[in-house]
Amino acid sequence: MLIALISSVVFVVVVGWAILSSPGWEDVRRSFFNVDVALASFPSVLAGLWVNIQVLIVAAISVAILGTTLAVLRSLRGPVFFPLRALATVYTDLFRGIPLLIVLYLVGFGLPALGVFGRVPVVLWGTVAIVLTYSAYIAEVLRAGMEAVHPSQRVAARSLGLTHGQTLRIVVIPQGVRKVVPALMNDFVSMQKDVGLISVLGAVDAVRAAQIAAAQSYNFTPYIVAALLFVAMALPMIRLTDYVSARLARREQMGGVV
Amino acid sequence: MSVLDVKNVRKAFGDHVVLDGIDLSIDQHEVVVLIGASGSGKSTLLRTINLIERVDDGQILLNGDDLTDPTVDQDAARARIGVVFQHFNLFPHLRVIDNVTLAARKVHRASKSEAYARGTELLEQLGLGAKAREFPDRLSGGQQQRVAIVRAVMTDPELLLLDEITSALDPQLVGEVLDLVRVLRDRGSTMLMATHEMSFAREVADRIVFMKGGRIVEQGTPAQILDTPQHPDTIAFLERERRGGAL
Repeated sequence: MLIALISSVVFVVVVGWAILSSPGWEDVRRSFFNVDVALASFPSVLAGLWVNIQVLIVAAISVAILGTTLAVLRSLRGPVFFPLRALATVYTDLFRGIPLLIVLYLVGFGLPALGVFGRVPVVLWGTVAIVLTYSAYIAEVLRAGMEAVHPSQRVAARSLGLTHGQTLRIVVIPQGVRKVVPALMNDFVSMQKDVGLISVLGAVDAVRAAQIAAAQSYNFTPYIVAALLFVAMALPMIRLTDYVSARLARREQMGGVV
Repeated sequence: MSVLDVKNVRKAFGDHVVLDGIDLSIDQHEVVVLIGASGSGKSTLLRTINLIERVDDGQILLNGDDLTDPTVDQDAARARIGVVFQHFNLFPHLRVIDNVTLAARKVHRASKSEAYARGTELLEQLGLGAKAREFPDRLSGGQQQRVAIVRAVMTDPELLLLDEITSALDPQLVGEVLDLVRVLRDRGSTMLMATHEMSFAREVADRIVFMKGGRIVEQGTPAQILDTPQHPDTIAFLERERRGGAL
């Protein structure tokens, strides 16, 4: 405890001194850590964050549904299901490969240009893009979890007369999800900040609001405000992920010290 | 009338022939025990009867219905047969009562209260009433296997398949599981079981079937097979088992 305290203090002093004594610090302080600008931009950035939170909630639910569907499609067996399986595989390959930023541009500017969707708010296109990309990741995580469920569990379920679908829903998916909870939570944390990318489409979210405030004040402080708000939003989930991972680890290796 | 008719069943995994023309009938209330070395085809035979493995050739009839007919509803067919596995295969994320009542609720469409009432009653009768709300990993191996047996008999299956159900248990836990099998026999369950417990086979079996290399070599009453085996392979197998101290 004492050692940890001393080493922490020394660390903070050294790093702090290094930054504060750098030749450009005074400029950086003025353009990034201006209290007046921070207070002035706070309301608009916070309002923007509310947009991000709404996007996050809708996206998380949609990703859970689409990701699970993809994972199930990829786990189907038998030649009859080849087209579905292949489709799901191509989908996950594609959307795990394309940078999210490009997906945002393609969906946000490409789909409306087709002229069949009427006037859809850009926030919605941004949400669609995030759902498309993250579903591919989540599908792979879920599939790994489902494959980690021992085959004897399927056999036991089918022996009771459960159908393939019931077996997946009642036996395989619940156990598979449990095995990958830390990975899923980690992806959720990563999605919490990636919702900020919808600003590239012009949606006025926290990042965009910070950009506007920065342009008005000729000062970068609003970005710091937005960053701190994103961190505040993510922290509970990050801590929860740590807690759950640690608990799972304890259950896996009871009594071990390493 | 026989509950189960296995007719000339063949099964191969690649070039390896596992079941080489099996014929076997089991009457109502009859207890048939399969013995034989590992790899003799006992487990595969049980798995084909429950349609976990598809037969390459031959027929399996359950109370006259051909389960190997490709048009048959396999899920419905499996629901008519209870299976207990060597490694219990309980669902670890479901409480004991939910494990036990799953088939009743999801396959036989009983209401939750109805299924719970019946499940609780059965668990209590078999000395597991106090464990109904526990998760399986809180139970001893013997208790888990007894729960697995309750799960298998919960929906009154026409036939019960027991696959080496004591092989994964510590020796001191075997007794409680075998006691439960005796109870089921006394209730009139029709059973087909694979086991290495020769003394138990002698006690509960109406008939013992000795398998080797995917064939039935010899069958008869426990006394015939265990005391006066005729075929040299049976004699050799029993001799090995005796030296292993299992008899």
